[in-house]
Amino acid sequence: MISEHLPILQVVIPLLAAPLCIFLRGRAAWGLAALASGSALAISLALLGRVLSTGAISYALGDWAPPVGIEYRVDAVNAWVLVIVSTIGAVVGPYALLSVEREIEARRIPLFYAAWLLCLSGLLGMAVTGDVFNVFVFLEISSLSAYALIALGRDRRALTSAFRYLVMGSVGATFIVIGIGLLYSMTGSLNMADLSELLPGVWDTRTVRVAYGFLAVGFCLKLALFPLHLWLPNAYTFAPSAVTAFMASTATKVAVYMLLRFFLTVFGAAFSFDVMRLDLVLLPLALAAIVSMSLVAIFQENVKRLLAYSSVAQIGYMILGLSFASATGLTATLLHLFNHALMKGALFMALGCVMYRIGSVRIEAMAGLGRRMPITMAAFVAGGLSLVGVPLTVGFVSKWYLIVGALERGWWPVAALVLLTSAMALVYVWRVVEAAYFRQASAGARRSGEAPWSLLAPTWALVLLNLYFGIDAMRTAEVARVAAELLLAGTGR
Amino acid sequence: MIPVAANPLAQSLAAQLQIAQNLVSHYNYWVVIVLMMVGFHILIARGNLIRKIVGLNVFQTSVFMLYISLGKISGGTPPILAGGVGHGETDAHGAAEGAHQAAEVLYSNPLPHVLILTAIVVGIATTSVGLALAVRIREAYGTIEEEEINAIEAEAGA
Repeated sequence: MISEHLPILQVVIPLLAAPLCIFLRGRAAWGLAALASGSALAISLALLGRVLSTGAISYALGDWAPPVGIEYRVDAVNAWVLVIVSTIGAVVGPYALLSVEREIEARRIPLFYAAWLLCLSGLLGMAVTGDVFNVFVFLEISSLSAYALIALGRDRRALTSAFRYLVMGSVGATFIVIGIGLLYSMTGSLNMADLSELLPGVWDTRTVRVAYGFLAVGFCLKLALFPLHLWLPNAYTFAPSAVTAFMASTATKVAVYMLLRFFLTVFGAAFSFDVMRLDLVLLPLALAAIVSMSLVAIFQENVKRLLAYSSVAQIGYMILGLSFASATGLTATLLHLFNHALMKGALFMALGCVMYRIGSVRIEAMAGLGRRMPITMAAFVAGGLSLVGVPLTVGFVSKWYLIVGALERGWWPVAALVLLTSAMALVYVWRVVEAAYFRQASAGARRSGEAPWSLLAPTWALVLLNLYFGIDAMRTAEVARVAAELLLAGTGR
Repeated sequence: MIPVAANPLAQSLAAQLQIAQNLVSHYNYWVVIVLMMVGFHILIARGNLIRKIVGLNVFQTSVFMLYISLGKISGGTPPILAGGVGHGETDAHGAAEGAHQAAEVLYSNPLPHVLILTAIVVGIATTSVGLALAVRIREAYGTIEEEEINAIEAEAGA
């Protein structure tokens, strides 16, 4: 019945809703987009439940049996990523209504929601598919719509940052296609599970190693690993608020998932860690990202840009977990995918509320906002505490696993660095808090009141999730651990 | 006559000839590499946004050629089903016969062609989004030269 078609419905519902949006007006387009995002969340939760109870689901597209046909394969790892993406989609969807009406011209709103749904379906498609060429197609669907979404920002610099993102993103995607083509030339297969069985036979060829290199650079561009992150800060700063909240919590997460999927499942953990020494390549880059980007974030005056640099640092934490090459490290990576999506989503949505009321997110413009917009700023503080990693928030759970993973390897300086950079996060979050609560209100802030409830409710929904999963981390940690062990076991079967 | 195997000079000549033959017989891959580097260079070195898009196109085209080259089998025919096509036979028997005949013939792998058709469509979409952005950048800044745009942005304050 319909439940066996869930893997394809996950992608097809938003994909079909996207062109319909163009024919609708303003709020009707929003309604359809929110409905499609909500149904995506329901489907992904159902998939995760089924995967955890009965194991991986294989879905043959058009009933063509894999490995010849395209296979959609859902196991604990990508069911987890689907839940992350669709949760953020379903929360930011309702939020978008007023925020988008304020920031985007009315005639462009249906097009905005069409691009939004395309981006959502591209991200979900990348996560759900078990076919490497399919990954490229969905990657480009999500990227092209993301360029359009970013370019819709009010500031004209949104255009130049979208163009820069387009150039760097296309180079990254093309690198990925080159890698996929070289893999196909060595194995004659595009199916991930099939590739994972065929590749060990040709490990020693130069072609496979070159493919590995191309894929590594391509995915690192897409996930904005330092020093390939240059597209990210401007893109996040000038995109419309709802787009920033959505992209910051999903796009880079899916790219991290693709990196894990390719290097641990397709190539195999043994090849990545023992032969290619991926851990030794990623460790210095991750540490450089965490330290340098946290430092840069401290000196930003635009809070959106501050959080964008902080995002690059947080991606560093995820890659750091991978570079431990252990089950604990990977658990930390997978947990932080989810946890960072919750905290950055909440923070960027709180900033969207500020943007809605006072039209600026510069630190001096936010002076005195703590009294004018207490509910919004309380959400920002809660998200900020989570970013720092204070106990009872999800940030603490991720950092805990990261530090345990570092100590397991005996890398105590790395553990110390994680603590040090958490203190740096405290500094940049404090700068905003200090302005909002301890300074005289600026002219703009004096006039403003609290943001409307339809913006506050989704923001607080994410904040409460931050606290809930910070207090009761057993459930998320358990799923992340199952997924991490599955990845390290190599094959997706 | 000195046997070739005994003469070190002849041996090294033979090895060099082998390398030269490899270079010539894989000329399509060299074209791919040259195109890729030319496209990448234009992308990085040129400040004009339209030229950047052209560079990106050349870069992507080199990958199309890489894929097509991968599908080619020496002595293979185009991957077209010979029998059962053109007679107006559409029944299962005709198709099966055609497939049987096709199995006898050595033909190039059609899958990379299909993949690259998809990639070409993606390339067109990327180009059109890039050009549309360039048009809007021109409207907003009055220029499509990267240096001038950077100067205008620096003047306006970060």
